[in-house]
Amino acid sequence: MCMLKVDDLNVYYGKIHALKGVSFDVNEGEIVSLIGANGAGKSTTLKTISGLLRSKTGGVTFMGEDISKIDAYKLVEKGLAHVPEGRRIFLQMSVMENLEMGAYIKGKADKADIESVFEKFPRLKERKNQVAGTLSGGEQQMLAMGRALMSHPKLLMLDEPSMGLAPILVEQIFEIIKELNDAGTTILLVEQNAEMALEVSDRAYVIESGRVSLSGTGEELRNSDTIKKAYLGG
Amino acid sequence: MDFLSNLISGLSLGSIYALIALGYTMVYGIAKMLNFAHGDIIMVGAFTIIVSISTCGLPVWVALILSVVMCTVLGVVTERVAYKPLRKSEPLTVLITAIGVSYLLQNLALLIFGSSQKSFPSIFDISSVHIGDLSMSGESVVTLAVTIIIMIALSLFINKTRAGKAMRAVSEDKEAAELMGISVNKTISLTFAIGSALAAVAGVFYGATYGFIGPYTGSMPGIKAFVAAVFGGIGSIPGAMIGGLLLGVLESLSKAYISTELSDAIVFASLIVVLLVKPTGLLGKVIKEKV
Ligand SMILES: Nc1ncnc2c1ncn2[C@@H]1O[C@H](COP(=O)(O)OP(=O)(O)O)[C@@H](O)[C@H]1O
Ligand SMILES: [Mg+2]
Repeated sequence: MCMLKVDDLNVYYGKIHALKGVSFDVNEGEIVSLIGANGAGKSTTLKTISGLLRSKTGGVTFMGEDISKIDAYKLVEKGLAHVPEGRRIFLQMSVMENLEMGAYIKGKADKADIESVFEKFPRLKERKNQVAGTLSGGEQQMLAMGRALMSHPKLLMLDEPSMGLAPILVEQIFEIIKELNDAGTTILLVEQNAEMALEVSDRAYVIESGRVSLSGTGEELRNSDTIKKAYLGG
Repeated sequence: MDFLSNLISGLSLGSIYALIALGYTMVYGIAKMLNFAHGDIIMVGAFTIIVSISTCGLPVWVALILSVVMCTVLGVVTERVAYKPLRKSEPLTVLITAIGVSYLLQNLALLIFGSSQKSFPSIFDISSVHIGDLSMSGESVVTLAVTIIIMIALSLFINKTRAGKAMRAVSEDKEAAELMGISVNKTISLTFAIGSALAAVAGVFYGATYGFIGPYTGSMPGIKAFVAAVFGGIGSIPGAMIGGLLLGVLESLSKAYISTELSDAIVFASLIVVLLVKPTGLLGKVIKEKV
């Protein structure tokens, strides 16, 4: 079943034409990646899906509903969670308060939900009363993901979760992405780390200067010569 | 004992500044704008009391409620009409608009009430309080007590409630807050509502302390409260409280021991000194993101 359908997005920043007709879809239960160089338009795509930016044409359909005109803050309730590039956790709030904000739409954060985030990310439990600004980069990424999970998303969008992390932490983050997917969460992943992304993905789209230039299964793209040259270092 | 009573009248004056400064600092924290019309809300609140009690003969408690409601609505409407359409504009555009709103409110008051000062009804029928040689005016005691209660309540609201935490989230990162399901527009409205309600309370105490209200009454306490907010670190709620109280005490002690004429100059000079030593104000902080 098609969970997310992105159709012909044209997004502008003033005069800059950042997305030039981007279309793709994500089926329920899949991990789909968007890969591409810096500045290709990956983050812009995610922001348009989550309602932070608007497309001039086309639209976004989520679970059969046209969401392209709905305010960003109303989409969380529909089951969409977006972990933005650079984590964007609330640095002056405690780890616990960040998780509570993740459960904002639920009113009060569910104890069991908090426990399940702590189970996935034990480091967060040790630091639950610490101000988030004092966490390390890896811990901040874990908090950003944990915070998004508090709303029980059907579709989790992750924008460069491995950015700036040590290789061991990158492995860990990808492990968790796979676990979340096994537990039933559909995932739309944006990555510059194409190798890791293609390995965990069912399907992937390559974005190049605002357009989808290639698509296929993770396997196909990993074996494609173009991809090998451009994104996998040979 | 002279020093102590000067200190207490300073704290009471400082309470008024603190109540106004809280509005400045909360709005700055959330909407990243300096609402220069904030001082004039005090004047509107005070005139509401005058009209309710002196003209319409309403009981004091009704007048107090009306004044808070009037200011809250005015604050929210001003934001919706004047500032919200400029959410994505240059800060300078917003600042000039705020100054325009300030003139608009002053001139409306001028049109309705004329330029002469109107006397403020005596609403706190409390005699002075004496402890040993120390004598405090009833207004001072009430002002100080009410302000302390408001500060405690506000701190609890901001730090412990869901809406208060959402406010802090919006003040840190609007986009991220929106992605949590928090409506930034509603949060900004709530902030203006709280700030303006506090200004109404400040207007009541200001009127009760000075006894007269005119169309321009709001501008001086408004500017001093702004100084207090910057002094304490703009955007910081405890900073606005401490900044307001310090400023009041400084003003009152300068008047008593240095010079009445120079007291304002001393207040503003002290701001410059604080900002030279600590550019973010007393409690202003800068947190850097880690990679
Ligand atoms: N806030 C912005 N203002 C202007 N241009 C922007 C803004 N954000 C992104 N862009 C431009 O849009 C294009 C796509 O950016 P982005 O979606 O962030 O790329 P990616 O996430 O793939 O690195 C880039 O050319 C970038 O310079
Ligand atoms: Mg990006």
